Amino acid sequence: MARRSPTLASFALVLAAGAAIAAEDIGDADRGAELFYDCAGCHEVGAGAVNRVGPHLNGIFGRRAGAIEGYPYSKAMARAGADGMEWHLDTLDAYLENPKALVSRTRMNFDGLPEAQDRADMLAYLRIFSANPRDIPEAEPTARADLPDLDPAILAIEGDPEYGEYLSSECTTCHQRDGGDGGIPGIILWPAEDFVVAMHAYKQKKRPHPVMQMMAARLSDEEIAALAAYFATLNP
Amino acid sequence: MDLNRRLFLGAATAAATLTAPMLRAQDRPKVVVIGGGAGGATAAHYIAKDSEGAIDVTLVEPSRTYHTCFFSNLYLGGFVPAESLGHSYGKLAGMGVNVVHDWAVGVDRDAKTVTLAGGGQLPYDKLIISPGIDFVEGSVPGWSLATQTMMPHAYKGGTQAELLKAQIAAMPEGGTYAMVAPPNPYRCPPGPYERISMVAHHLTQSNPTAKILIVDPKEKFSKQGLFEEGWAKHYGGMIDRIGPDFGGDVVEVRPGEMEIVIDGEVEKVDVANVIPAMKAGRIAELAGLTNDAGWAPVTPDTMQSREDADIHVLGDASQQGDMPKSGFSANSQAKVAAMAVRGELTGSKVFPARYSNTCWSLIATDDGVKVGASYQPTDDKISKVDGFISQTGEDAALRKATYEESLGWYQGITSDMFG
Ligand SMILES: Cc1cc2nc3c(=O)[nH]c(=O)nc-3n(C[C@H](O)[C@H](O)[C@H](O)COP(=O)(O)OP(=O)(O)OC[C@H]3O[C@@H](n4cnc5c(N)ncnc54)[C@H](O)[C@@H]3O)c2cc1C
Ligand code: HEC
Ligand code: HEC
Repeated sequence: MARRSPTLASFALVLAAGAAIAAEDIGDADRGAELFYDCAGCHEVGAGAVNRVGPHLNGIFGRRAGAIEGYPYSKAMARAGADGMEWHLDTLDAYLENPKALVSRTRMNFDGLPEAQDRADMLAYLRIFSANPRDIPEAEPTARADLPDLDPAILAIEGDPEYGEYLSSECTTCHQRDGGDGGIPGIILWPAEDFVVAMHAYKQKKRPHPVMQMMAARLSDEEIAALAAYFATLNP
Repeated sequence: MDLNRRLFLGAATAAATLTAPMLRAQDRPKVVVIGGGAGGATAAHYIAKDSEGAIDVTLVEPSRTYHTCFFSNLYLGGFVPAESLGHSYGKLAGMGVNVVHDWAVGVDRDAKTVTLAGGGQLPYDKLIISPGIDFVEGSVPGWSLATQTMMPHAYKGGTQAELLKAQIAAMPEGGTYAMVAPPNPYRCPPGPYERISMVAHHLTQSNPTAKILIVDPKEKFSKQGLFEEGWAKHYGGMIDRIGPDFGGDVVEVRPGEMEIVIDGEVEKVDVANVIPAMKAGRIAELAGLTNDAGWAPVTPDTMQSREDADIHVLGDASQQGDMPKSGFSANSQAKVAAMAVRGELTGSKVFPARYSNTCWSLIATDDGVKVGASYQPTDDKISKVDGFISQTGEDAALRKATYEESLGWYQGITSDMFG
């Protein structure tokens, strides 16, 4: 489905005016309610919602990632929350598009909603269960973006593993070559594409974390591809 | 998997891959590494690993066990056991590094040999020196190496940290721990202040009326805002710092009397942790590589000594530009030097140098902070490109995550050094 730029444009306008964003400004909540069947196997939302396979989604807007007490989040989600990631339109949109791109090792086993309009409608629906009165301005007024913004050509770059091996020495001061996770996640044997997406999320500062943003900032697209190619096959 | 692929590769490639290890030992180019610490162990590891036997690597290091200075403050605070700081050279030996437990006492740059205290001579094609630091004699009047058990520095690996910890444990109730902090430049800029935090953590539990006194010749110090915020929050009233405006730069010690004289005023203390001014490890000076300031200048793209292109100086001993003297920096520099050395000796591909550093400090339980930067070679020095630092007022979850990251880093860097 084509993206409806009028929606985005009016959305930006509302933001510029500093006014409230209601569910209607995000998308079609009724359609979102139907789409929620995709999520309902794992999540509840609405009055009396409780945690199931996934955490309940009441009040998700403005909430820190991984913040429901007592719910057993993955290490990756807990880490994202500790780093300061909050759920707003932009982060939710990115997470729903490709959960593993934003939170690489998330436990949420869901491939994502590839269509922008589906995500907009879904978020319009979820917005209804966040904050009362519900028409408060978003805590962090960011336009909805597809995160990270990746030209397919970038994903298609064939990485040079030899160059990747050299570059990797800068990473292995922190990330253990054997993939062990003693406080810093393992990064070996990932599908190259997930790796590339994760690195670009840091490079574009869409994913929080000062060390990784700095490391990624100075890597070119080729260098990221080279690292992905090398770590994907690193067999300890 | 590697082996299989090699076996089935075309004859030409297979021959190229196999010749190197088949060379007899005396035909292979020789690299000698002096010092098995953050810089030296990493360099030996990477050259052995990446040259796959084509280079003969000898590591000269007197100790059988390397005790990391990094995390020794956490040991003082009771967060990690002493044993966790010790690392042996067994894996490096298993990778083909000849580990020689001896002191290097001289370098003959014309003959290209290293003389060992035990009498032997090691010839080299390329020499890598990463001896860490030594103290500048007379920089704290009254203190010398002969008094280091009375007034420990605990600023080099080995038994000093354990000695300091025992002295802190033996302090009388309400006693005083004093630190004489070093002037710039010195290894691990936040190190003394992380130590203060860890000593305060320990004393808050065991001796809550005790006092901590910092005598500091510097106006400002690393992560100062973060430390001062943390000290006020966790250890209110326990820590006093005397900076140069109150005579912190005019200090003398009397080890026999356990006295510190600050700008003429005598303070009686129970523990005196004296961290004198520093210079490059002595072997760098003996090899004629140091300048008047006591450090060994190097070229920014390869870490080669400015005095001798066949010698690379790494880590604390080097004077390279903007990088702080840290284990992380030494490890980062070692990889660049290892690549340059392999390139010259075996013609392997050499990529542009890049460096980075991150230093974590623990202020209190689950209250970790960090500072870091990336660097690149420019014409005359290694220059900072980009950096970050933890902010004051960060919430507890982020501080805890930062601390946990540092535990991950410790595992990462030690396996990057020792295999
Ligand atoms: C309290 C404290 C906390 C620290 N915390 C951190 C931290 O959190 N993060 C961080 O990155 N850094 C930290 N550091 C700094 C770090 O320890 C040093 O910067 C780092 O070890 C420097 O590496 P190097 O290779 O230059 O020297 P070293 O690691 O000191 O290694 C030098 C080695 O050379 C050997 N040697 C010396 N002379 C000779 C000779 N003549 N012949 C043979 N061998 C010789 C020594 O025995 C030693 O093993 C800390 C330091 C201290 C003191
Ligand atoms: C197969 C089960 C499953 C499906 C289907 C699923 N989720 Fe999840 N979801 C999870 C799990 C498990 C988590 C916790 C993730 C973690 O800890 O890494 C999660 C986490 C989340 C979070 C973050 C919650 C928080 O507290 O930080 C959001 C938002 C979310 N899911 C939305 C959705 C939406 C919207 C859908 C449907 C489009 C969906 N999920 C489909 C299992 C699922
Ligand atoms: C100073 C330590 C450090 C260095 C050096 C470092 N990283 Fe990281 N890296 C981290 C930390 C800490 C995290 C967890 C960050 C977070 O919470 O998002 C991380 C996360 C990652 C992730 C995402 C992991 C996940 O599970 O989602 C990837 C991919 C990654 N790093 C790749 C690299 C590459 C490639 C390099 C070298 C170019 C590198 N890192 C260098 C500390 C480091």
